[in-house]
Amino acid sequence: MKSIMGLILSGGRNAKLKELSEIRSVAALPVGGKYRAIDFSLSNMVNSGITNVGILTQYSFRSLMDHLGSGKEWDLDRRYDGLFIFPPYLAGEGSGWYRGTADAMYNNLTFLKRSNEEYVVITTGNCVYKMSFNDALSYHIDKNADITVIYREMNDFSQEDLSLLGIMELDADGRVTDLQEKPLNPKGNIGSMGIYIMKRTLLISLIQESVAHGNYDLVKDILIKNLNTLKIYGYRFDGYWRCLSSIQLYYQCNMEFLNPDICNTLFMDGGKIFTKVKDEPPAKYNEEADVKNSIIADGCIIEGTVINSVLFRGVTVKKGVVIKNSIVMQDTMIEEDVKLEHVIVDKDSVITCGKELKGEANWPVIVGKGTVV
Amino acid sequence: MEGKEIIALLLAGGQGSRLGTLTKTIAKPAVLYGGKYRIIDFSLSNCINSGIDTVGVLTQYQPLKLNTHIGIGKPWDLDRINGGVTILSPYLKAENGEWYTGTANAVYQNLHYVDKISPEYVVILSGDHIYKMDYSMMLDFHKKNNADATISVIQVPWEEASRFGLMNTDEAGKIFEFEEKPKNPRSNLASMGVYIFTWKVLREYLERDSNMKTDHDFGKNIIPMMLNEGRSMWAYRFNGYWKDVGTIQAFWESNMDLIKRVPEFNLFDPAWKIYTTNPVKPAHYIGPNGSVKKSIIAEGCMIYGEVKNSVIFPGVYIGEGTVVEDSIIMSNSRVESNCHILQSILSEKVRVGNNVKIGIGEAVINELKPSIYDSGITVVGEEAKVPDHCVIGKNVCIDIGASCEDFCSLEVPSGKSVFKGGVCE
Repeated sequence: MKSIMGLILSGGRNAKLKELSEIRSVAALPVGGKYRAIDFSLSNMVNSGITNVGILTQYSFRSLMDHLGSGKEWDLDRRYDGLFIFPPYLAGEGSGWYRGTADAMYNNLTFLKRSNEEYVVITTGNCVYKMSFNDALSYHIDKNADITVIYREMNDFSQEDLSLLGIMELDADGRVTDLQEKPLNPKGNIGSMGIYIMKRTLLISLIQESVAHGNYDLVKDILIKNLNTLKIYGYRFDGYWRCLSSIQLYYQCNMEFLNPDICNTLFMDGGKIFTKVKDEPPAKYNEEADVKNSIIADGCIIEGTVINSVLFRGVTVKKGVVIKNSIVMQDTMIEEDVKLEHVIVDKDSVITCGKELKGEANWPVIVGKGTVV
Repeated sequence: MEGKEIIALLLAGGQGSRLGTLTKTIAKPAVLYGGKYRIIDFSLSNCINSGIDTVGVLTQYQPLKLNTHIGIGKPWDLDRINGGVTILSPYLKAENGEWYTGTANAVYQNLHYVDKISPEYVVILSGDHIYKMDYSMMLDFHKKNNADATISVIQVPWEEASRFGLMNTDEAGKIFEFEEKPKNPRSNLASMGVYIFTWKVLREYLERDSNMKTDHDFGKNIIPMMLNEGRSMWAYRFNGYWKDVGTIQAFWESNMDLIKRVPEFNLFDPAWKIYTTNPVKPAHYIGPNGSVKKSIIAEGCMIYGEVKNSVIFPGVYIGEGTVVEDSIIMSNSRVESNCHILQSILSEKVRVGNNVKIGIGEAVINELKPSIYDSGITVVGEEAKVPDHCVIGKNVCIDIGASCEDFCSLEVPSGKSVFKGGVCE
């Protein structure tokens, strides 16, 4: 389908993710043993037949750029279209640091103008889900909508987590009557997934108008202000969806990968999730290995006990180690007799012999990238 | 293409008939190995790791999978504008077309490919061996000796020496005699099937050989002819892991070498990575009652049962209560619950029902193909389906694509075979 292009707002810093997002854009968060958060939105686009994708990025985008490369892994290294990454740049007055999502798009309006697809789908870069955007687009066209917001009934979210989302109200026809961004007291559980579909030309004119008035945010300044003047509809998505917007949600999402039903909906049905390949050999288990209910990626060497945990690529687990309910990221070394429970260990760390770290299910201990404990 | 000092020609046309059903529909270099790789990946990765970026791959027997696998050479960084990988298959010519009749003939038929690049040296590789080798060091040796040909050799145990082509050398390594599989070996330096030739010299010998009635084979014809004429031929000593996985037994053993605590052949070496096409699959999952010991497990697997001393390729499902021991299970196969798989090789996309036993009982040599299935290992061919409650013995061959209905009985004793279409012998 040639008539739709993609834009991913890879998002800014997030204080609720603490050390994990200090060094990287939230879209580059490692998740599920071998993925980065952005792989899901990006693969969904590719699986929906989208071949022209722009990624707007601002904070600590080195790891994101490194991950995406030329877009080879997503089949987006194309002669025409393909993958475009837009970090902020300086060019005369009024340019530079993006002042908001709409400003980011405004600064890269040339990309939108030069593209020739009729529609644009805008998504976030830090959510884990599997969906085809084609059904939502058909709905958008059927409803003759100006903008379609994809939402989900967030029954499995706590009140606290709901307040991190945009909460909507819809009328019987599905038209959005109210949208509150990150409300303190959320009314209802209809949460926006941060995915919007509209005509490319409409997006361009809305952005130009908004920025001309000195307003720079897509949700607050464009969607909310136009609820009455534009036909904004909601499209319901019923599948698994998690936004990695706090440590608790990040931890919960990784643990949910251990549920084979969730894994199947994410990886088996309706298209693959692509990611950067590392050419690691398959994981190796020695005699002493005792692994239960865990995800283990390529390049791991396991000689210890691993229970209810997610191990990323190239992790070494030595003898006598017990890892429970934990997340251990890429190329980390867990030395002899270490005990970890409810711990998130970031990349390239070393936990030296005999150390014991213990967090709580709702408050995991975080070991920052490259730390030697 | 210009400015190439050395290019590689990879002979990948062999059938490898002693691998039985594993090579019935694919060439030996395309056979899966080590939980993720195909045999040819080792030679290709050696090339790129040695700085050789121009590789011609000569194919002939069942090339589809091999061609798909190599593609434009992306995984090996061989998708180049200047150089890269080229598949060279036999082709029709103005007067007559012919298959490659021997290893030397295969190269002779592609003289124009090499001439166009006009390198100073060529390295001829075989694509059926498991090893890691830096060809650039061998090239230095070749240049230092001002050699016409350098043959890479490995020391083999004396009792096995008579299975190989052997080099008799002087102390410096100059070859004065070559013996192909002699009864009474006088040397234990075996040829590894890796040759570096000075291209001008080789070209002349290929031309001459093409006009003679010979087997057009490097080992049998070209090397002896060069030696007889007093060419400067040198043996390059290689120390390290090198295996010809030409038989079911050798193939199984070499895979099992990888699961040792400190394997002699290390795939985890970041300085010498082995590249291959990566499956697009999530990290593997071990279930709440699963258990994995002394094994290697690839991406996308779901292990609910018990796996011991085995090599499991991407996308394999092992059901609850199933025990897999001393076995190799290739990509996207599925073994349901409460099975026992012992000392077997399951090819790609095999389906095994519930309560199946494979590889049990006494070791009776296969009646139909005694020279292939004689080591106790049972082989299940690609896309074969094994029905529930089936009991299969040792040295059994289940043909490629055999369906549940093709099993004449739920008991297949050791040494028997089951073929597609319902023929059981």
